[in-house]
Amino acid sequence: MELAETKTQENQPAGIGQYLLGHLREFGLLFALIAIMGFFQVVTGGTMLKAINITNLFLQNSYIIIMALGMLMVIVAGHIDLSVGSVMGFVGALAAVMIVNWDWPMYTAVPICLIAGGLIGAWQGYWVAYWKIPSFIVTLAGMLVFRGMSLWLLEGQSVGPFPREFQALSTGFVPDLIGSGKPNVTALGTGIIAAVLVVWMGLRGRARDRQYGIEGEPVLFFAIRNAIVAGALIFVTYKLANFRGLPNVLISMVVLTVVYTFVTENTVLGRRVYALGGNEKAAKLSGIKTERLAFLTFVNMGVLAALAGLIFAARLNTATPKAGFAVELDVIAAVFIGGASMSGGVGKIVGAVTGAFIMGVLNNGMSIMGIGIDYQQIIKGLVLLAAVFFDVYNKTKQG
Amino acid sequence: MNTLLEMRDITKIFPGVKALDTVNLAVREGEIHAICGENGAGKSTLMKVLSGVYPAGSFDGDIVYDGEVAQFQGISDSESKGIIIIHQELALVPLMSIAENLFMGNENASNGVVQWQKTFKETERLLAKVGLNEAPGTLVDSLGVGKQQLVEIAKALSKEVRLLILDEPTAALSEADSQALLDLILELKTQGVTSIIISHKLNEVRRVADTVTVIRDGATVSTLDARTEDISEDHIVRDMVGRDMAHRYPDRKRRAGDVLMEVKDWNVWHPEHAERQVVQDINLTVRAGEVVGIAGLMGAGRTELAMSIFGQSYGHNISGSVEIDGKPANVSNVSRAINAGLAYVTEDRKSLGLILDETIQRNITLTNLPKVSSNGVIAEAKESQVAEKYREAMNIRTPSVFQKVTNLSGGNQQKVVLSKWLFAEPKVLILDEPTRGIDVGAKFEIYNIINELSADDKGVIMISSELSELLGMCDRIYVMNEGAFVGELTADEASQERIMSLIVTN
Repeated sequence: MELAETKTQENQPAGIGQYLLGHLREFGLLFALIAIMGFFQVVTGGTMLKAINITNLFLQNSYIIIMALGMLMVIVAGHIDLSVGSVMGFVGALAAVMIVNWDWPMYTAVPICLIAGGLIGAWQGYWVAYWKIPSFIVTLAGMLVFRGMSLWLLEGQSVGPFPREFQALSTGFVPDLIGSGKPNVTALGTGIIAAVLVVWMGLRGRARDRQYGIEGEPVLFFAIRNAIVAGALIFVTYKLANFRGLPNVLISMVVLTVVYTFVTENTVLGRRVYALGGNEKAAKLSGIKTERLAFLTFVNMGVLAALAGLIFAARLNTATPKAGFAVELDVIAAVFIGGASMSGGVGKIVGAVTGAFIMGVLNNGMSIMGIGIDYQQIIKGLVLLAAVFFDVYNKTKQG
Repeated sequence: MNTLLEMRDITKIFPGVKALDTVNLAVREGEIHAICGENGAGKSTLMKVLSGVYPAGSFDGDIVYDGEVAQFQGISDSESKGIIIIHQELALVPLMSIAENLFMGNENASNGVVQWQKTFKETERLLAKVGLNEAPGTLVDSLGVGKQQLVEIAKALSKEVRLLILDEPTAALSEADSQALLDLILELKTQGVTSIIISHKLNEVRRVADTVTVIRDGATVSTLDARTEDISEDHIVRDMVGRDMAHRYPDRKRRAGDVLMEVKDWNVWHPEHAERQVVQDINLTVRAGEVVGIAGLMGAGRTELAMSIFGQSYGHNISGSVEIDGKPANVSNVSRAINAGLAYVTEDRKSLGLILDETIQRNITLTNLPKVSSNGVIAEAKESQVAEKYREAMNIRTPSVFQKVTNLSGGNQQKVVLSKWLFAEPKVLILDEPTRGIDVGAKFEIYNIINELSADDKGVIMISSELSELLGMCDRIYVMNEGAFVGELTADEASQERIMSLIVTN
C-alpha cells in the first residue's frame, strides 16, 4: 500500500516541467499542428496561409472532421466503423438521385438522407450491440454493401449537377450582415467574439476549479495556450474576411464540434460512453444499458456520415460512385492521431478535430508543394504510426 | 520408501503479505499425498513455488527433489524433471483435438513437420492408459469436464511424469466422474507415479491419501500418516480451521429489524451449459440491520446466486421471486435492480467493479449519475462534493479524487467500489468477498464500514471464503454447497467445524 501511495503522489503536478510532461500529448498535438503549418508556410513560400488556401482547407476537410466527431464516440465506446466512407458515398448518391433525377426539393431530400444515415447506423449498431458481432466485421460488411448500393443507385454513372441552394451546403458563404463585405466584418467580428468567449470560459473554469481546490494547469501554460487559440481564431477569421467570408461548412463544423465536446465532457450520456469503453462489464454492472448505448453511437455515426456525404456531394457538385473511397481510413487515422485508444474509453473531441486538421494540412501542404500521391501516402502513414507510438511510449514510461 | 520430494522451510513473501511461513512438506516415492487447508491458506502458492512459477530465489528455503537441491526457473524446468501440475482451471485448447492438445509444445515432428500417424498412435496408447474411450481426433470442446480432466492426465503421462500434482481435481466433477478419477490416481500409484492432491473433499482424501499435510495461514500445521493412524475427517477439519479469532473483528450491536429482502425458490441454470443447474431452490431472507453470511467453497454457486439476483447478471432460465420491503421487486436488469434498492459489490473489482483508467470521482458517481446532474448535464461541482464526501467518510487514501483508480492500492480500490455502491443508495448490499486481496488494516476498515451499514438499517449479505471472517461479522450464516443451501446457522450456533462439516458431508 505504501508503494502505491508514493507513486500516486509523484503523478501530481508539482511544477511547470512536470505539468508539461503529464500533458505532453495535448500540447504536443497542438504544437505539432502549428509546426506543420509553419513548415509548409515556409516551403510553399507563403501559399499555405493565404486566405484562399485557408478557405480551401476548411472546404476540403470539413467532411473528415464531421465524421471524426462520430468516429471518436464509436472508438471511445470500444468499437470501430470501417463503413463511413461507403455510407457517405451512398448518401451522396441518394441525394443526387432524389434531387437531380427526381427533382425533389432539397428540404425534403436532405432530411430523408439524414434519416437514411441514421437507419444505416441502426442496422450496423443492431448487429454490433445486440448480437455481439465484432464491429470490425459488421462495418467491413457495411463497407462493401453500401459501396455496392451506391454503384447500383448511380448505375455506375456520375450524377449532377446540383441546384445552387444544395451546393451552398458546402461552398456557400455567410453573407456580410454588417459591413460591405471587403473586409467581411461579420467574419472578423465572429472571430473576435469567439476568441473572447474562449478566454472568458477558460478563466471561469479556472476560477471554479480553484473554488473546489482543483489544481489546474500553471498560469503560464494557461496564458500561452489561450493566446495561441485566441490568436489563431482572430488570424483565421481575418484571413477569411479578406476572401469571401465565413464558409457555411465552417459554421456547421464549429457548431457540431462545440456540441459534441459538450456532450462528451459534460453530459450523463457522454460519461456513460466513456464508461462503456473503459470497462464494459463494470459499466453494465453499474446499471448502464451498454447495448443500447453502443447501438446509439452507431446511429449517431450514421447520421454524421450522411451529413458528410451531403457536404461532399455539394462540394463536388456531383455524386460519383467513387465518392468517399478510402475516406474511412483518414477519419480513423485522425481520431487515433488525436490520442484515442484502440481499446476504448480514452479520447477527446478536440484531439480528434486537431488530428483531422493535421491530416488535412499535410494533404494540402504536400499537394501545394507538388509532392506525388505516393510520397503523400508514405508520409501520412508514418505520421499516424509516430503519433500512436508516442502514446504507447508515454504509457509504458508512466506505468 | 525413499523421499522423492522435500520442501524445507519454504517462506514466500508478497508485498505486505507473508503467503508462506516456513512450510515443510515431505513426499515419499510412490505415495499419494493430500494437502488440505482453507481457501487462502497457501496451498496453491506452495505448488507454484514447487513448479517454478515463482522461480528459485524469489522465496526462501530449499526444494530437494530426487536427492538433489532443485533450482527451477520456470515450469519447463520442473516439467523436464517429471513434475507435472494440473490446475483447477484446465489448460486445454477447446477447439483442438485431443491428440493436438496432448502433444502441444511437444509435437511429434521431424524437421518441423508433424507426424500425424505417430501422434495418433501415441494418443491412443495414452488414452487407453487413463481409460478414456474417445477417438484422438475428437475436439476437446465436445468432451465433458470429467473427460477433459482425463485428457490433462494423459497429457501429463506423455511427458513421463514422476510427480503428478492435482489441484482440486474433482471440484467440477460429478460423483461418478470423481470416483473414476480417484481410481485412476490409485491405478497410477501402482505404476509408480507419485501424486500430490489438493482437495477440500475430505471423504475423497481419506479414500486415496497415504499421507495428509494440513496447511493453515501459510504454515504447516500437521502431517498425518494414514498407514500408522486412522485419520478422521474431524481431525483434519480441526487442524484446518483452529486459530485465534479474538480482536480481529470490530464489535457491533447485533440487531435485526423487519424483513427487508426475501428471495424465494430461486433457481438458475448455467448460461452456456443449459443442462447444468448452478443455483437450486434457494430461499433467503435479510432483515434491516442484519449481516447475513453465505459460506461455501469456491464453485459452490455463491457468486452465481448473487449476480443472478442482481439484475440477472449471470445465468439462464432464472426463476423465483424477490421481495423488497414486502413488495415484489423487479430485478430483471441491473438498472431495475438498483432502483429496487439492491447493490452488488463484486469479488473481482478490477474487471467487474471499476473503470481503472478513470478517476476516483467518475467511478464513484457512475451508479447514480442523475443525482449529480440536471437535464442530463453533469454538475461537476456537485460531483466533486460527492466524491470528496466519500473520500472522507471511507478514508480513501489519495492526494485527490482526480487520481485514476489504477494508482490506488487494493484496499483503497475496494473503498472506491463500496463508495460507488453506497452512492446508489441501496437498501440491501451484497458484498462478494469484500476483503479479498487487501491487507489486514484495510480489512478492519471494511469491517467497520459494514458495521456502519448495519447501524444504518441496511441489509448486508456477505459472501466470503474466509470462515473466520463470516463468524466474526455475521448474525446468521447460510452454508452453500453445489448450488443449494445445506444449512443455516445463527451466530451462536455457528463454528468453523460445523460449517466445514456441513459442507463436506453434503
